Amino acid sequence: MTERVNQYVLESRDFQQLLDALIKRGYQVLGPAVRDGAIVYDVVESLSDLPIGWTDEQETGRYRLRRRNDEALFGYVVGPQSWKKYLHPAEVRLLTAERSGRTFRILNNEPAPPRRAFLGVRACELAAIAVQDRVLEGDRYRDPIYAARREGIFIVAVNCTQAAPTCFCTSMGTGPRVRGAYDLALTELVGPGKHEFVIEAGSDAGAEVLAELAPSAASEALCREAEAAVERAASQIQRRLDTTGIRDLLYTNFDHLRWDNVAQRCLACANCTMVCPTCFCTTVEDVSDVTGTHAERWRKWDSCFSQNFSYIHGGSVRSSAKSRYRQWMTHKLASWIDQFGNSGCVGCGRCITWCPVGIDITEEVRAIRESPASSKESSHGKP
Amino acid sequence: MENLEHIIAEHPFFAGLESHYTNLLTGCASNVRFDAGTYIFKEGEEANEFYLIRTGKVAVEIFAPQRKPIMLETLGEGEVLGWSWLLPPYQWRFHAHTVETVRAIALDGKCLRTKCEQDHDLGYEILKRFAHIMEQRLEATRFQLLDVYRVGR
Amino acid sequence: MTMATAATTDPMLPQPYSVRQVVKETADTFTLTLEPSNGAGGNRFQPGQFSMLWVFGVGELPISISGDPAERDRLVYTVRSVGQATHALVSREVGEAVGVRGPFGTGWPVEKTEGRDVLVVAGGIGLAPLRPVIYEVLHNREKYGRLVVLYGARSPRDLLYRKELAAWARQRETQVLVTVDYGGLSWRGHVGVVTTLFKYARLQPARSLAFACGPEIMMRFVARDLETHGFAQENIYLSMERNMKCGVGFCGHCQYGPHFICKDGPIFAYDRMRPLLEKYEL
Ligand SMILES: Cc1cc2nc3c(=O)[nH]c(=O)nc-3n(C[C@H](O)[C@H](O)[C@H](O)COP(=O)(O)OP(=O)(O)OC[C@H]3O[C@@H](n4cnc5c(N)ncnc54)[C@H](O)[C@@H]3O)c2cc1C
Ligand code: SF4
Ligand code: SF4
Ligand code: FES
Repeated sequence: MTERVNQYVLESRDFQQLLDALIKRGYQVLGPAVRDGAIVYDVVESLSDLPIGWTDEQETGRYRLRRRNDEALFGYVVGPQSWKKYLHPAEVRLLTAERSGRTFRILNNEPAPPRRAFLGVRACELAAIAVQDRVLEGDRYRDPIYAARREGIFIVAVNCTQAAPTCFCTSMGTGPRVRGAYDLALTELVGPGKHEFVIEAGSDAGAEVLAELAPSAASEALCREAEAAVERAASQIQRRLDTTGIRDLLYTNFDHLRWDNVAQRCLACANCTMVCPTCFCTTVEDVSDVTGTHAERWRKWDSCFSQNFSYIHGGSVRSSAKSRYRQWMTHKLASWIDQFGNSGCVGCGRCITWCPVGIDITEEVRAIRESPASSKESSHGKP
Repeated sequence: MENLEHIIAEHPFFAGLESHYTNLLTGCASNVRFDAGTYIFKEGEEANEFYLIRTGKVAVEIFAPQRKPIMLETLGEGEVLGWSWLLPPYQWRFHAHTVETVRAIALDGKCLRTKCEQDHDLGYEILKRFAHIMEQRLEATRFQLLDVYRVGR
Repeated sequence: MTMATAATTDPMLPQPYSVRQVVKETADTFTLTLEPSNGAGGNRFQPGQFSMLWVFGVGELPISISGDPAERDRLVYTVRSVGQATHALVSREVGEAVGVRGPFGTGWPVEKTEGRDVLVVAGGIGLAPLRPVIYEVLHNREKYGRLVVLYGARSPRDLLYRKELAAWARQRETQVLVTVDYGGLSWRGHVGVVTTLFKYARLQPARSLAFACGPEIMMRFVARDLETHGFAQENIYLSMERNMKCGVGFCGHCQYGPHFICKDGPIFAYDRMRPLLEKYEL
């Protein structure tokens, strides 16, 4: 029997050892957990914290958990949360200041974030982290809050062996196989009478943890089985987003009637931007105590769907729902490319699942692609 | 006369006009001067001429009984004042009030109207030039109406 | 990275400056001079750059630097009180502290105008970010060609820097023309929108750069008319405004098509802005 270098096998009954190895190294392990009918990310200390035997059923505008007929640990796809919850939190204090006389002092006494390990990072999520790295660390200015949280994260990635109907990572070139910067990557194989993981290291830190688990090398046959499982997920993916010339397609269809059409359905609730693992927009709120001696500035997630987002003195630049949906989709798929050299969409499908009225980004692109209209045609079209 | 024709030919308003036309126009032209603070014409008066401003500044004004006069625009060197002579009822719609001493060439509108009727090529040349000025002033007026510097919207 | 180094390089942390002087320019506009509270100096900035100014407990705003780039010991801002935060800012008293971040953004490409004529077209508060250009040119007169300043305001009462406008007009190779949209009868200057001044500007469009700042709609009129006066689109620069919450590319608010106004701008060449300016609700 032949073996592959770097690929090992970890039995599910030994999975706790992986958690222990991480915890022993001082990591706070964050991973999937069932909370309020959804799989979210939270602190994981033991195997039993994981969503054993649970899966998610997703469709346009729909999400629910269902029991599987096995004990899979990673038998779901993606939930409403993403790792941006930890790296670029929904609320973070930028500063605390204290008035002293007529001036003030900035008290920057934020504790350093704990050393963290992310368990169960999917291919699209790994891509999303890279997208946010580019925005918040890789541009002209570096966001030290993001950088401090991002630094030294130990990533245990998981290859998808099943896909949801909302997934389209294959169109965006991000999955279902994990690629890029992970420390360990797992492929879960579960079937009658067996439950094991093919595991490989992607970094020195990963290799060190792996060595401690002393796993046996994976057989060629097992590796093929793991690959086939990932292939199966890929072939399950039905949703397509044709990205050919997508930037120019959206730029030139700025006045397409489809924007009016989607605006009639869109509630501008901002759900899509909140669940999106790449959306990075924030606002800042000032708070001060009653005596006016203590002030804080808090950075909070914001969304281009909110009316105030584009407010300049006198009014909002994007006051119609149409213009705000157009900003969202055009940013994700077109201007992001000009700004950062890559798409702002990784194809995770969250915005499709979590849209209360079932608006589907892939469907909107298709509608525009199938009836491209020059601005003249659309603005002088039928009444 | 020679001098006047030269001034007309050099004025940006008549740039590119054939010389026999400038010669024809000179026959309708005269040199004029208005002291600062005087009226070149007033609303309702018969409009029988227009002015090529050579130096100085003119304010175009309008007033309503309960309000102070409103200055709509100022015109200066190189600009043309007045087009009411061109179209019936040939009456001024605004006041032209000199802010500074103004030296100008006055062109007799009645004389010019006759010449334009007789020679439509000349008429077209003159109308084209006025249409261009009207277009510019209309645009400036629209811009002014937007009141872009006010606070709030 | 340790938190200590994070703090020193944190572009989101303001430095306390204290108000040295407040000058009333018009009924609603004030010029504030700030100096570093901790005595640190060296406030280099390029004409056209802006700062994020924070009023303790109230809020933070993008405000252009309107002072002289040669005066390194202070930062000068001209602020029009239009709402809560700008009102709080102009109400600061001498000695009180204001938080300053920046300078941020691109400046006017003043270096490109060396040996060429400079046309400055300003509307309303838009003269503030252009004043540093005027200082720069007048301090280094030999480096630049003619300087023409065209300034439009709503009415004579709304004119900024009145004394300075008169002083600039007396400098050699400098032409300053002012117009108002609504003139009272005592007003002896021009009446009409700022574009009506173009015909009086004595410069050579083919060897000039134009810098324009004012309400977006005014800049659209200005840029279009400058083109008809012989300026190439790439020689016209505009200063754009959008909502800004960070000034450094993190918050996403200032996006304008593919651009972030805060880090790619606020100064842009007109040839890049033109296709966007025509788009409603971009
Ligand atoms: C690059 C740049 C340079 C500027 N330079 C100057 C200057 O030199 N002088 C000057 O007077 N004004 C300048 N402004 C405009 C100034 O920032 C706004 O007038 C000011 O933010 C209005 O705040 P407010 O609370 O007083 O007004 P309101 O209209 O009451 O605004 C309410 C809130 O909306 C937000 N808001 C409104 N406009 C903006 C904006 N453009 N960016 C971010 N948030 C905004 C703020 O949070 C503000 O508190 C500049 C703007 C930009 C983008
Ligand atoms: S736009 Fe939608 S599919 Fe794309 S990354 Fe964001 S949430 Fe996922
Ligand atoms: S889509 Fe909207 S909320 Fe998301 S990053 Fe872009 S502008 Fe920000
Ligand atoms: S102001 Fe925050 S991204 Fe530009």
